[in-house]
Amino acid sequence: MNNPQLDRDGNLKHLLSIEGLPKKILNQILDTAESFVGVAEREVKKVPLLRGKTVCNLFFENSTRTRTTFEIAAKRLSADVISLNVSTSSQSKGETILDTVDNLIAMHADMFVVRHAQSGAAHLIAKHVPPHIHVVNAGDGRHSHPTQGLLDVFTIRKYKPDLHNLRIAIVGDVLHSRVARSEIHALTTLGVPEVRVIAPKTLLPTQVEKLGVHVFHDMEEGLKDVDVIMMLRLQNERMSGAMLPSSQEYFKTYGLTQEKLKLAKPDAIVMHPGPMNRGVEIDSNVADGKQSVILPQVTYGIAIRMAVMAILAGGLPAQQQSSVGSPASPGGAA
Amino acid sequence: MKIQIKNGHVIDPKNNIDSKLDVYIAAGKIVAVGNSPEGFVANQIIDAENLTICPGLVDLSARLREPGDEYKARLVSELQAAVAGGVTSLACPPDTDPVLDEPGLVEMLKHRAKQQGLAHVYPLGALTRQLEGKALSEMSELTAAGCVGFSQANVAITDTQVLWRAMEYAATFGFTLFLHAEEPFLAAKGVAHDGEVATRLGLKGIPSAAEALALATILRIAQETGAKVHISRLSTAEGVEMVRAAKKQGLNISCDVSANHLHLTEHDIGYFDTNCHLKPPLRTQRDKEALSAGLKDGTIDAICSDHTPVDDDAKMAPFAEAEIGATGLELLLPLTLKWATEQKVSLLQAIGSITQASAQVLGIPGGDLSINSDADLCVLMPMNTGKYVLMH
Repeated sequence: MNNPQLDRDGNLKHLLSIEGLPKKILNQILDTAESFVGVAEREVKKVPLLRGKTVCNLFFENSTRTRTTFEIAAKRLSADVISLNVSTSSQSKGETILDTVDNLIAMHADMFVVRHAQSGAAHLIAKHVPPHIHVVNAGDGRHSHPTQGLLDVFTIRKYKPDLHNLRIAIVGDVLHSRVARSEIHALTTLGVPEVRVIAPKTLLPTQVEKLGVHVFHDMEEGLKDVDVIMMLRLQNERMSGAMLPSSQEYFKTYGLTQEKLKLAKPDAIVMHPGPMNRGVEIDSNVADGKQSVILPQVTYGIAIRMAVMAILAGGLPAQQQSSVGSPASPGGAA
Repeated sequence: MKIQIKNGHVIDPKNNIDSKLDVYIAAGKIVAVGNSPEGFVANQIIDAENLTICPGLVDLSARLREPGDEYKARLVSELQAAVAGGVTSLACPPDTDPVLDEPGLVEMLKHRAKQQGLAHVYPLGALTRQLEGKALSEMSELTAAGCVGFSQANVAITDTQVLWRAMEYAATFGFTLFLHAEEPFLAAKGVAHDGEVATRLGLKGIPSAAEALALATILRIAQETGAKVHISRLSTAEGVEMVRAAKKQGLNISCDVSANHLHLTEHDIGYFDTNCHLKPPLRTQRDKEALSAGLKDGTIDAICSDHTPVDDDAKMAPFAEAEIGATGLELLLPLTLKWATEQKVSLLQAIGSITQASAQVLGIPGGDLSINSDADLCVLMPMNTGKYVLMH
């Protein structure tokens, strides 16, 4: 079984999931992103790496933040960008995913950024496209959201450069979360020694410990002495029903408040992939507080997406950067 | 027409024959195995030196996609596949479109199949109308039309009162129920075994408990009603254990496993290989070993192909949206022989689980080389690697 993400020489061909990628490639993306952080601060926020290339944002599932950041990233690389909300067009007319893709290939797209509600959709497209076309998974079902996982690690690395010495807790709906799966794989691959998940049993997948995490059901216990708290979004439709009794009860047991935050290390950072449900999984005081790095996550998301696209289609060689950049102070961009 | 097949190695599990013998056929019937009948003069002599002769295979579950799903497969294409795979008799589940719950539909299917002159088709009628699990179908009428048993295909009866009545009614007439054990609420929207692989791939799981719970209900009601029940496509270690215990207890039950589940596990899904989107889902290595052990010790009676042809487009979709099923008619024999080789099971026993045992479950003729039976047979060339060449 060949790794569908790598070419024969072991270079990144598609970015479909963090799982299965070697540490070297993750570091290559993170280091490349480092060099793109500065681009946004220039007067002309553009580099010509993808000039003449067409990037196609193919969103079968709605998204604002991810689509926008991919769009900005592609534009800063000088690519031509088309964004399609397919959920509202062809799919409703009965066209299959691959028919939609074939039509865009006929229009000479060079890269697809794909989001779909079903796990494995990006793999399906990657298997289908001709070799010169690259696929970036922007979220498939519960499976994977690799650029989110990467931007989260990038953010962590900014504030806590020594990944080998961290204790990190991921809190909330791990069961339905592609973000959590990507974060877990990214953190364990990069050598974070202790990754915890904290959630009620109804929101954890079967045998989650096989992903290499420590399982906690009690938030107070799980947050103790952690360096990083990564909160997950709770979808509205799961707030009451057979998974959870109510959003109020969830907030009491698993919501992140100032009080619970005190159990973590004093310099712990708080992250959230957005969009947040204030008062459900996170208290506004914490979301906007000085330990929150939620907005820097968004900023770094653009650099990460630029790095991924540049490596895939910009002919960027593997970079060996030694400097990781100086760690900023928490809340710097908030 | 009189045929003599000489020098072949005859495997006939029902009659416990496993030796080099000649087979004599006259007017489409087997007239002798071993010594030539008196005055037998063959019109044709087939030399089967180095070849194995066994009864034509009997498959407990093969979808022919007619009526209704001719886009996926045609009766003629599937029956050709059956014969090419050595399958001379097969049972087809009732989940066609329309559902096989009307005697007229069954008669038409039987008639169309007979016209092809290929494999014998034995329809399983719908146990409940439209497979809705509410009202019983006309079982006696359907039997008269040619049904050999009643099935719910992959649809569960959620109302235990209905299941109970269905078993009582079937038991009244001695009809066999073919049931797939899967508790529908636990399995809802599930597409893979609820375990490590589903967790990694972000697929909704079907827990093993879904089989155990449904099985517990079915076995308990079977015990109360005395119905004859065949469990289709067992998939878990726990399920094997439950059937083993029920058989020990003396229940009138039998069961099968699909050839896929003897060879594949959840890990074969790999990177979302939609060909492995099956019902029941592929489970763990431990389950696979338990199924194999159950088949060896007779807890599991037979192997079926669970042949379910799906058109290419329906598989070119994200895993959960890809249609369930895989073709299997032409793989039943090679996969059975591969299993036998790997597990060091005798050819006699392995062939028995796809001939005599399945014929017995269906209560149909065939699956053996007894005198006066139809000369449905299969000549193959077994190799020590488990590979074989099928001769026509």
